[in-house]
Amino acid sequence: MSHAGTVLVLAGGLSHERDVSLRSGRRVVEALRAAGVETHLADVDAGLLPALQADRPDVVFPILHGAAGEDGALRDVLDLLELPYVGSDAAACRLAFDKPTAKAMVAGAGVATPASAALPHALFRDLGAGAVLDALVARLGLPLFVKPARGGSALGCALARTPEDLPAAMRGCFGYGDTALVEEFVDGVEIAVSVVDTGSGPTALAAVEIVPDSGSYDYAARYTAGATRFFVPARISAAAAARAAETALVAHRGLGLRDLSRTDLVVDAEGTPWFLEVNVAPGLTETSLLPQAAEAAGLPVGDLYRTLVERARTR
Amino acid sequence: MLASEIRALFAVASRPEVVSLAGGMPNIAGLPLDAVGDVLAKVLADRGQVALQYGSGQGDPTLREQICDVMALEGIRAHADDVVITVGSQQGLDLVTRIFCDPGDVVLAEAPSYVGALSVFRSYQAEVVHVAMDDDGLRPDDLRAAIGQLEQGLRRPKLLYTVPNFHNPAGVSMARERRAEVLEICQAAGVIVIEDNPYGLLGFDAEPTPALRSLDDGVIYLGSFSKTFAPGFRVGWVTAPHGVRDKLVLAAEASVLCPPTFSQLAVSTYLATEPWQQQIKSFQEMYRERRDALLTALDDMFPPGAVWTRPAGGFYVWATMPAGLDTKAMLPRAVTARVAYVPGTAFYADGSGASSLRLSYCYPTPERIREGVRRLADVIAGELDLLETFGGPDRVRRPMRARPQAPAPDTA
Repeated sequence: MSHAGTVLVLAGGLSHERDVSLRSGRRVVEALRAAGVETHLADVDAGLLPALQADRPDVVFPILHGAAGEDGALRDVLDLLELPYVGSDAAACRLAFDKPTAKAMVAGAGVATPASAALPHALFRDLGAGAVLDALVARLGLPLFVKPARGGSALGCALARTPEDLPAAMRGCFGYGDTALVEEFVDGVEIAVSVVDTGSGPTALAAVEIVPDSGSYDYAARYTAGATRFFVPARISAAAAARAAETALVAHRGLGLRDLSRTDLVVDAEGTPWFLEVNVAPGLTETSLLPQAAEAAGLPVGDLYRTLVERARTR
Repeated sequence: MLASEIRALFAVASRPEVVSLAGGMPNIAGLPLDAVGDVLAKVLADRGQVALQYGSGQGDPTLREQICDVMALEGIRAHADDVVITVGSQQGLDLVTRIFCDPGDVVLAEAPSYVGALSVFRSYQAEVVHVAMDDDGLRPDDLRAAIGQLEQGLRRPKLLYTVPNFHNPAGVSMARERRAEVLEICQAAGVIVIEDNPYGLLGFDAEPTPALRSLDDGVIYLGSFSKTFAPGFRVGWVTAPHGVRDKLVLAAEASVLCPPTFSQLAVSTYLATEPWQQQIKSFQEMYRERRDALLTALDDMFPPGAVWTRPAGGFYVWATMPAGLDTKAMLPRAVTARVAYVPGTAFYADGSGASSLRLSYCYPTPERIREGVRRLADVIAGELDLLETFGGPDRVRRPMRARPQAPAPDTA
């Protein structure tokens, strides 16, 4: 007999990652149902609040990627409605979703993170793009990684290897948001460490190593089955793996995250894990990293999601 | 097939908050569903045993005769034996390409060209060479030049694929006086012409222009009921010379055994018992109103330096932005602003088209179309601002990768 009650999985929304969110949502619904939990799926639209009030679920499982889903706004609304939900609270989401803020906070806790600058479009316009880009290259070198300060799924991200690549990279990035995070590029093994808390405190799962066939873990590489090879555990030294796990836990705890998170890192040649970003609503699709790490740990995702739901219900 | 960032963005376009000028779904809200329901009931009551059974690979003989009547409206004189019914004209194009094209063969197509055709050609590993258009459609001089250039490399194109009426995505039509010239050039060069004509009866101003097929029996003609009746039946056809037709029937049988019998009898009964020509007139009126709404909104709100076509029928306007603007990079900004369109690169096999976009006026209401253009004008202003800040594109133009860049067929 399940103690999870009825669960409403929220997926979709109006963000650029709607499609990914829907895929994650369907997977979670399927896994929870298979684990014996009565689960429904809903989109986030004008019909949601009346539906929530008319037929209150016991727990909400928000699986919304991108703005509103990850920036805490929707979770604030769930708090207003006094509906328990799986995952971090609104305040923690706000910190984590803003990559420059998250980087500053984990750096404060002693974690290595690539040198970077967060620059709004208006600044380039006011100061002259050429001068600002020159200063970036002078300070951070090349290549540079350009990404939207907020948002996920590698949308709007680009690697600029030469100064000539930068204007197009910046334009692509600003299509997704008003602030760009320009980061020093750290060469190394790309890994993701998922953290879950099933009752005995946050626990880091084994690191998943990401090797995209195309060389770049872009949107297509992320969501095309077979386009990326994954290694669980990552092919890094035990010492590096331990440091990576510790880094993910520092990020999870330091930002006040809850239930589940995924930290993306690069491990350099010396075995130092560099923090890139942390996700409060990690992808849960068939090709996503957290489900792979959980399965590798002998933790079936249905059981994991059910446990998270039960914990949320009794909070 | 690779997951596509662009396709993912279209997932948002289906939400009602977004004004989608992206999809190509005909607005079938104007269809009298009660009458269609009567038609379906009649099919089952009168011919249920036939309708639910396998049928001929070439298609229902009565419907093929009726199709000849439909084609006669555009000057085509054909016999029912020349017609092969297919699962939408898309399958017709697939079968024709399968029959004619080996990997590496060259297909000529307009620049830009229908995205679904480019997908077919790509899946048979044919190489597409684009031929320029102007306001009068495909340019004969450029067609000659393209063939000449290929011949210099000892290559001969196999097919010319053209949408002569109310082109998707360009919105222009091939001028009447050009049609014979295009056919002559192709005949002289031994190039088979495929005429794809889903919109020919959806002109707003004049009688239909005689089809290419009406001038030359060697033309392979693709027709469809998707826009003149309803796409859900998936009934289209190919009209082809005898030798081709036999191969088409064999290929169709290998592919689907037979086109859906129930759909064919439904379309056939609809044509026999309902005022279908009147229905097409009411579609024309509705689409004309929407075209007018789009053109007026563009005139009122699009920035200086942008140009666009003025279609006299069909579903689409092709707009080209001020130089340097990349419509693919702009799409996420548009989605944030709750408006969607299809970036121009979707309609080229060679990576060009970055500064253009396709706007469809078939599905949203005139009011929504205007609101969509208002949002899009803001988006363009933002993108021009970026362009001013960072300068024009430095990115190298790359051939289109096998990632869908246009919305799925069920996107509004």
